[in-house]
Amino acid sequence: MRLLEVVGVSKWFGGLSAVNNCSLSVEKGEVHALIGPNGAGKTTLISLISGLLFPEKGKILFQGRDVTHLPDWRRASLGIGRTFQIVNLFPSWTILENLVLAIMARDGHGFRFWKPVVSERHLFQRAEALASFLGLEERLEVPVATLPHGERRTVEIAMALAISPRLLLLDEPLAGLSPQESVRVVQAIRKVAKETTVLLVEHDMEAVFQLAHRVTVMAYGTILLTGSPPEVQASKEVQQVYLGEHEPFA
Amino acid sequence: MGFYLVEQILNGLQLGFLLFLVASGLTLVLGVANVINLAHGAFYMVGAYLAAALVGLTGSFGLAILLAALATSFLGLLAEAFLLRHLYNRDHLDQVLATFALMLVLSELVRMTWGSQPVALSVPAALAQPLRLGEFSYSTYRLALIAFGAGVSLGLFWLIFRTRLGMWLRAAAANWEMARCMGVPAGALYKLTFALGAFLAGLAGSLVGPITAVHLGMGTDVLILCFVIIVIGGVGSIKGAFVAALLVGLVDNLGRAFLPSLFQLVLSGPVAASLASALVSTLVYLFMALVLVFRPEGLFPVRMR
Amino acid sequence: MRPTNKPHGFDQPRSLGEPRAWVLGLFLGVLALAYPLVMGAVDQPYFITFASRVFVFALAATSLNLILGYGGMVSFGHAAFVGTGAYATAILAQAGWVSAWANWPLALGVCALLASVIGVLSLRTRGLYFIMITLAFAQMLYYLAVSLRVYGGEDGMPVRRTLLPFGLELRDEIVLYYTSLLVLALALLLTWRLVNARFGWILRASSENPTRAASLGLPVFYYQLVAFVLAGTMGGMAGILLANLNGWVSPSFLSWHLSGQLMMMVILGGVARLWGGVLGAVAYLFLETLLSEFTIHWQLFLGGLLLLAVLAVKKGLTGLWGKERG
Repeated sequence: MRLLEVVGVSKWFGGLSAVNNCSLSVEKGEVHALIGPNGAGKTTLISLISGLLFPEKGKILFQGRDVTHLPDWRRASLGIGRTFQIVNLFPSWTILENLVLAIMARDGHGFRFWKPVVSERHLFQRAEALASFLGLEERLEVPVATLPHGERRTVEIAMALAISPRLLLLDEPLAGLSPQESVRVVQAIRKVAKETTVLLVEHDMEAVFQLAHRVTVMAYGTILLTGSPPEVQASKEVQQVYLGEHEPFA
Repeated sequence: MGFYLVEQILNGLQLGFLLFLVASGLTLVLGVANVINLAHGAFYMVGAYLAAALVGLTGSFGLAILLAALATSFLGLLAEAFLLRHLYNRDHLDQVLATFALMLVLSELVRMTWGSQPVALSVPAALAQPLRLGEFSYSTYRLALIAFGAGVSLGLFWLIFRTRLGMWLRAAAANWEMARCMGVPAGALYKLTFALGAFLAGLAGSLVGPITAVHLGMGTDVLILCFVIIVIGGVGSIKGAFVAALLVGLVDNLGRAFLPSLFQLVLSGPVAASLASALVSTLVYLFMALVLVFRPEGLFPVRMR
Repeated sequence: MRPTNKPHGFDQPRSLGEPRAWVLGLFLGVLALAYPLVMGAVDQPYFITFASRVFVFALAATSLNLILGYGGMVSFGHAAFVGTGAYATAILAQAGWVSAWANWPLALGVCALLASVIGVLSLRTRGLYFIMITLAFAQMLYYLAVSLRVYGGEDGMPVRRTLLPFGLELRDEIVLYYTSLLVLALALLLTWRLVNARFGWILRASSENPTRAASLGLPVFYYQLVAFVLAGTMGGMAGILLANLNGWVSPSFLSWHLSGQLMMMVILGGVARLWGGVLGAVAYLFLETLLSEFTIHWQLFLGGLLLLAVLAVKKGLTGLWGKERG
């Protein structure tokens, strides 16, 4: 059984078709990259999978279950985690607090009104362990808003990981990072990929070919092809789409 | 019965057009400058009081309302220069506090100048005689208001949808960041929005004076109604404000006119009368709540963020 | 949304309180307990009633702070709950349910039910729309109260005061003082624990970044609804006490003016700060009373002062209070 199956999904904004009849599948344990020129509809597709948006047509199956009409939080509790193109954290909170909250969310039992969270040492221990796993242990007490971009990205990945997702959606995790930061985040993603399945949207081709088992190429709201990195690299159609000479399905 | 219905519909239209004048200013300010201006109702009130005073001075109703509207517009510019411009990047809560304070100050200044008793503003002599069509008679002034209101609305629509300035306003209301990037002159645009909004509010206040009397509470009554309208219509949307204002005007008038009788058909007794009266007053709010339940962003949402 | 300076504070993970805070708290506590005896000795009973009034408004403001401050839900209709609590206690007392054991739980139950209904319908909206729909519901109740002549209509009706256990009567201003003080203290304690427990963390997270909260699997709507109901019930308690304080209940308890005043208090006192409601109520009522002693045009000066306060603080009053310290 495939972990994720996207079947014939379409999404319109007003008269504009952002995603048009897309089908995609993700196997358990793989790192699957989603690439394509700007405006191809990649983030829209990710949002459709995570539940932030709902498709006008098509189905989305997660672990064999139809989740097409489930809201985003419900899908998250079923095991779909995500990061966002623009880093999305709790800015005035520290790294530790951000992680503790994520773990708390995973734990359930949110409707507790009396016992102070600070007294639940086990939550903090798990948060610290998670932070160490991704190399964040030095800066736990720092408010996230003051961190450099690369570190915030790592925190975001850590948070997404905190809910023990079966599928992790990473939306351009390397965007706007310096080369050193990129290396660190790629390392983090590699570590994460050992624990869970990853669907990764990226522009950084080097990283994509380092990390991905399979690659799907999107352009103009449709899927061009899915294949292994060498296959995709060799494809003339993909090259032309990136160079802008050829407009398929015009 | 037929005449009564027509009369109520006309009243509804008249109320609707006037509400649109006030609400359009509010929705523009909120949409373009992203400022919640609780003092907008105070501009409406100030316009009315100024008109009443100016009629005595100038002897001409038309001149009085024009001058009153211009003066209110100037007041709006002053408010923008000294207070509102500091609120552009602030929390909505801070804006609420600041404009609430401004409203208190303006109300008290008006009270200090004119006292607590309502001030009379008479219908201009030329329009004082009711219009008669066979057996049907209707206030000429109200008809003039409908015509005038429709005219101003048309002018506003032309401004918003047919001029470059209007295009800038709409762009800024839809997506402020984008508009800024495209070279829309933000500072001047804000000033203009406030001035225009205050002008329309002051104008509406002066026009409604002869019908409802000029009194201290008129600003707050109309303010809440305006917020209801822009929420129903969609924040920042002129078209939405127009549709919502007319709907609100009609619902309010027709509701008040016919609902109690409808109630009597089904229920009877003093409790029924009380409930009918309560329902009538809350009709507009019920309408808004209903709209929001199905369309949480209003009828014609404009924001594309 | 445009960037706003909104660092709603958050307490650092540490133990339950530092010694300095406890000493200050104890000092204030002793002061509060001794106050009415002092005022009785100098024969100024009015000040006792005034203090009770401050406590009641502090309670109402604290309840609003729970949803507005910590929850990020700007409700402009909180008077709906204060007024409903007041009317409920009055109507029940009139019907013969005078004992606090029966009257108060029933009245609070009504408020909780009302808050559930309003919450379910309103929490589907956000931002300005939420502000307006909460206002709308409060206005509906206001006009209902005005039109129900059987309960006094626009003038309101007298309140038969609740009978407390041990034969204590709320008519006695000292009994009322200690009762309001006790209720306020209890409310602050509950709020303090709640805000620092899992529920509070999730509520604050949902306020800070609802998208992120949802992406972690949290059903934000349900947390906000529970907070809304708790706040509404607490506000209702303030209403009950207010009715007993005034001996009278009228539609003004449901008016948007009251909602606005409560918002002012929360903003002035400190959004998302435990003592925000208390400080705000104290500040607002003191200013109001002081200024109205000097001039009938006190609204002008109050407005002016508020304006200066907002303008002077560059980052905004809501940002002024910075990080909360548990």
